Amino acid sequence: MDNLPRIVPVLLQGLPPTVIATVGGIALTVLLSFLAGLALLSPRRWVRALSRVYVEGFRGTSEVVQLFWIYFVLPLLVGVQLVPLFAGVLVLGLNHGAYGAEIVRGAVRSVPRAQYEACVALSLSPAQRMRRVILPQAVVEMLPSFNNLFIQLLKSTSILSLITVAEVTQRGRAVLVPAFGDDIVLIFTLMLLIYLVLSVLITAGMRFLERTAAGRVGRRPSRAARVAAVTTGAR
Amino acid sequence: MPAWDWGYAFEVLPQLLRALLVTLEITLLGSVLALVLGLVVAVVRQARIPVLDQVLWALVEFVRSTPLLVQVFFLYFALPRFGITLSALTVGVLGLGLHYATYTSEVYRAGIEAVPRGQWEAAAALSLPRSRTWTGVILPQAIPRVLPALGNYVISMFKEVPLLLAISVVEVVNKAQEIGSQTFRFTEPFTIAGLLFLVLSYPASVLVRRLERRRAA
Amino acid sequence: MPPETEREREPMIVFDGVTKRFGDHVVLRELDFTVAPGEHVCLIGPSGSGKTTILRLLMTLEKVDGGTIRVGGQCLSHMERRGVLVPADDKHCRDVRKRIGMVFQQFNLFPNMTVRGNLVEAPTRVLGLSADEANARAVELLELVGLAEKIDAHPTQLSGGQQQRVAIARALAMRPDVLLLDEVTSALDPELVAGVLNLLRDLGRRTDITFLCVTHEMGFARDFSDRVLMFDAGQVIEDAPPAELFSTPSQQRTKDFLHAVVDRA
Repeated sequence: MDNLPRIVPVLLQGLPPTVIATVGGIALTVLLSFLAGLALLSPRRWVRALSRVYVEGFRGTSEVVQLFWIYFVLPLLVGVQLVPLFAGVLVLGLNHGAYGAEIVRGAVRSVPRAQYEACVALSLSPAQRMRRVILPQAVVEMLPSFNNLFIQLLKSTSILSLITVAEVTQRGRAVLVPAFGDDIVLIFTLMLLIYLVLSVLITAGMRFLERTAAGRVGRRPSRAARVAAVTTGAR
Repeated sequence: MPAWDWGYAFEVLPQLLRALLVTLEITLLGSVLALVLGLVVAVVRQARIPVLDQVLWALVEFVRSTPLLVQVFFLYFALPRFGITLSALTVGVLGLGLHYATYTSEVYRAGIEAVPRGQWEAAAALSLPRSRTWTGVILPQAIPRVLPALGNYVISMFKEVPLLLAISVVEVVNKAQEIGSQTFRFTEPFTIAGLLFLVLSYPASVLVRRLERRRAA
Repeated sequence: MPPETEREREPMIVFDGVTKRFGDHVVLRELDFTVAPGEHVCLIGPSGSGKTTILRLLMTLEKVDGGTIRVGGQCLSHMERRGVLVPADDKHCRDVRKRIGMVFQQFNLFPNMTVRGNLVEAPTRVLGLSADEANARAVELLELVGLAEKIDAHPTQLSGGQQQRVAIARALAMRPDVLLLDEVTSALDPELVAGVLNLLRDLGRRTDITFLCVTHEMGFARDFSDRVLMFDAGQVIEDAPPAELFSTPSQQRTKDFLHAVVDRA
């Protein structure tokens, strides 16, 4: 416990890269989830196929492989060496975006058929229908699953330590363990606590979004959405 | 240097396949641990014993919400200090198994909760002992329901095994990196490694999805 | 058996000052009543009056907050530990409760077993019967309820009425002294109700089992029971043989209830 004042600052040094990777990863994930998710619902076959290839390709391979591929192989193919943190954000977004696409697709499909029919009866265009009626209702259903997905993403940022990004896990493993070998339990407990706090923050943010989104639509996520978030095995 | 050398690719394939076997072995052992331990935790939590239940809840939440890699490092570095020396592979299996047991316990709990209250009451009305109520009535109804979710987690574990290269476990991605750094040709080893995962996990997840659809019908 | 001889024997069920609360809501208030061996008693009254709670207490699905319950001379709700009466533990409950069987509104057959499986499960696991004995008993009981040919069928292949008859057979397989019936026809299609009620009337005639039924079927209550207990707000407000209670109820509340129920039928 005496080394606490020396351990904590080192761990906190890792916080900015972790947060940047998380925020960047979430942003890219949301973008790709909606793009690919809506593409999976497109009436055009080739759009659906393209999206399906992306989704199955990134879901079916290991995130570590994807990370190493983008960091080691891509430079060899296109001659551009990516900054590790950027490569990390890219992989986090691509990988979790593939899972997010299924969440978006599932949620949009769960909106009752009656809503579509009402839009047709009111002569709304497909784009208006999606933007004004379907998506707002679908978003409420998506939020519990996205909450889980974002926490998965946060946990995945620890993998970036494998390509030399100086985030929390790397700080702990590379600096603290060699230097403060006797305080191993303390070091790792602190590391885990940092991640725990961050995941609580994410959940709090998502709950806030849930309330706002539900308020605008007049309800809360269905029990089915909450149960699905637990039992479908996020990855 | 050409982008892809087929000769080199076929040259490294056997080594990668051998390393893939290690990956599969770890997945199998880790899954058994996760599936068994998760069930035990779920059943114990059903009993709702006052202090134990809260402690289990806290442990499950803590392990579930924090990175697997950190937990694996923890086991790898901390256990020797308590006099327990295990091979990297064993530490890896342990880390994966414990981490995924928290996921499977939640899945089992959902399945158990879904069994109608009336089944518990009918078993009580027939004075069936608690153990028989579990093995004869509740679990036969709870587990088939959640097999797809459990299957998905086994597939997820398979894809997270490469994490263990951080503690020098010689699984397929570690092997690919090793091969690549000897020849400075990373394209073929990593691409093959990625494809090997795809070739195994995609059909598996299609099977799981089919199982899910058949249940829903 | 002549009534006088029955009353001389120890009562089968005794509720003595039983109180049951759910949170702030008091469902049963210092309830006293007894049931003699072999007696058929029907409990009627509005929802929430505590009738089902009585059955659930007997089944030890709930625990009493006050008072005691005795079944067949043994105390169900409490046990003696070093000369002091303490709330019964699971093992004691299970021992005493073996003499009581229950048939539920929702049948609650085990969907992961066949009809045969449902019937032999408890006799083999709890009573220690051999597989042959349990099977023989199952066949006998299914014949009694008129479903002998369905022995290897799956519960999902049976109609509601058939499932309930299997549930009755399952309860009888334990050779209970007491059979609790909790609105056993309320979840059935109207045309299937008669079949189940006739079976129960038949059982009532053929066996010495003590019956305690919660029911809304007044016609059944009238010809099946020896006594009818009218419940309201956790208390017995009237306790009389059916002929008396149905034609000349003494309490206003009973009159109101019967008017509402019978007129609607």
